[in-house]
Amino acid sequence: MDFRFDMIIEYSPYLIKGTLLTIGLSLAGILIGTVLGLFIGLGKMQRRRLLAWPFVWYITFFRGTPLFVQILLIHFGVVPMLIGQTNGIVATIIALSLNAAAYIAEIFRAGIQSIDRGQMEAARSLGMTHVQAMRYVILPQAFKRMIPPLGNEFIVLIKESSLAAIVATPEIMYWGRVMAGKYYRVWEPYLTAAIIYLILTISLSFLLNILERRLKTE
Amino acid sequence: MIKVENLQKTFGSHKVLNGINVVVQPQEVVVVIGPSGSGKSTFLRCINLLETITDGHVLIEEVDITDKSSNINKVREEVGMVFQHFNLFPHKTVMENITLAPLKVRGIPEQQARSKGMELLKKVGLEDKAEAYPDSLSGGQKQRVAIARALAMEPKIMLFDEPTSALDPEMVGEVLEVIKQLAREGMTMVVVTHEMGFAREVGDRVIFMDGGLIIEENKPREIFENPQHERTKAFLSKVL
Repeated sequence: MDFRFDMIIEYSPYLIKGTLLTIGLSLAGILIGTVLGLFIGLGKMQRRRLLAWPFVWYITFFRGTPLFVQILLIHFGVVPMLIGQTNGIVATIIALSLNAAAYIAEIFRAGIQSIDRGQMEAARSLGMTHVQAMRYVILPQAFKRMIPPLGNEFIVLIKESSLAAIVATPEIMYWGRVMAGKYYRVWEPYLTAAIIYLILTISLSFLLNILERRLKTE
Repeated sequence: MIKVENLQKTFGSHKVLNGINVVVQPQEVVVVIGPSGSGKSTFLRCINLLETITDGHVLIEEVDITDKSSNINKVREEVGMVFQHFNLFPHKTVMENITLAPLKVRGIPEQQARSKGMELLKKVGLEDKAEAYPDSLSGGQKQRVAIARALAMEPKIMLFDEPTSALDPEMVGEVLEVIKQLAREGMTMVVVTHEMGFAREVGDRVIFMDGGLIIEENKPREIFENPQHERTKAFLSKVL
C-alpha cells in the first residue's frame, strides 16, 4: 500500500486553517459552555422546585438528544430564524455551547455538592453571607474537584466539533472529507485528521494535568 | 447575653428539642452534657441559626435571631463556633483560614489581620504553622487553628460543639487547655462535651439534657456529686 504524502502536503494550508477553526470552535464552546453550565447548574440546585424545573428540562433535552440532531436543528432552524440565513460557524458554536453546558452544569452541581456541609457551616458561622461562602470557600474547592471531569468534557467537545463538517463548517473533518472526495482515498485524509485531533486532545490533557498539580495543597 | 425561650426543633416528624429555656450571663461558661441523641448539639447549633428553629425564641444580646428581619450574619460575627470535625478550609493556609473572615466580613486591612492572626497562633501555640496547610496538621493542631479562626472575629460568645470528640486521646488535653485559658480570660461560652472532667473543672454551670429537654442544671459540683434526677444519675453512672 502506498501512502500519498503529496496529497497531505497539497492540502496542508486547508488543514491548518481547519485546525485553527477547530481550535476556535472548541474554545468558544468551552468558554460559553462553562459560563452557561455554571448558571444552569446553580439554577438546577435551587431549592424551589418550580424555579429549578426549566434548568432540569434543559439538561434533560440537551443530554438526551444526539448532538448531530442538535446541530442540524440549530443550523437549519434556529440560526436562520435569528439572522435570516444559515451560518455554519455560528450554528456550530451555538450547538457545541448549549450541548456542553448541559454536561458542565451537572459537573458543577456534583462538584459543589461533593464539598462537605461543614465547610458552608464554618464559613457562615464566621459571619460570611451565602455568596461570600460560595465564592471564597465552596467554589475554589469544588473547582479543583471539577478539573478531571471538566477535562473529559472539553476533550469530548473537541472531538464532537467534527460533526460540524456535516453543515459545511470548514474545520478539520470538513477538509478531510473534501480530500477523500477528490482523490477517492481513505487512509491519507482520515488518518491525518485523526492525528490532528489526537495532538489537540493530548495537548489539552497535558495542560489540565499541569493545572491540577498547581492547585494541590500539600 | 444569650436568652433561649421555649426553643423547639423538629426534623420531619421527629421532635429533637421540646422547649428549651436557658439564660447565659456574660463571662459565664455553660457546659452541656447528655447522651447522644439528646439534642444537645442541635440546641447549640440553634444558637447561631445553623439549624432552622421550629418554634420559640433565641436572643443574642437582645437581638431575636428568630425574627426574620434581624441580620443573622451580623449576629454570627459576634458568635464564634468550633466544630467537632474542625471544618478548616483545606485550600487555604492556616494564616489564610484565620484571616479570611476578618478581611472579607469585617473588612480590616491585611497587615492588621495577619498580625492579629499571628498573635492568636501564638496563643494556641502554633505560630510556626502559619504557612502550613490544614492537611499537614494533627487533629489537635487543627482544632486549635479552628479556635484561633473563630477568635479572629473577636466574638463576644464562643460555642463549642464537642470540640474533642474527633481527637485521638493524647490530643484532647492540648485543645482543652486552650479552651480553659479562654474561660479564665472571661469569654462567654457554651460547650457541648463528653469530657466530664473538663465540665467539672471549667463549667460555671452544667446542663444535663435528655430527650430534647433540660433535665437538670446546676453548679458542676452539685450535679456530679449530688444529681437530683434518675436520668442524670443513670447517665453519670455510665460515664464517670
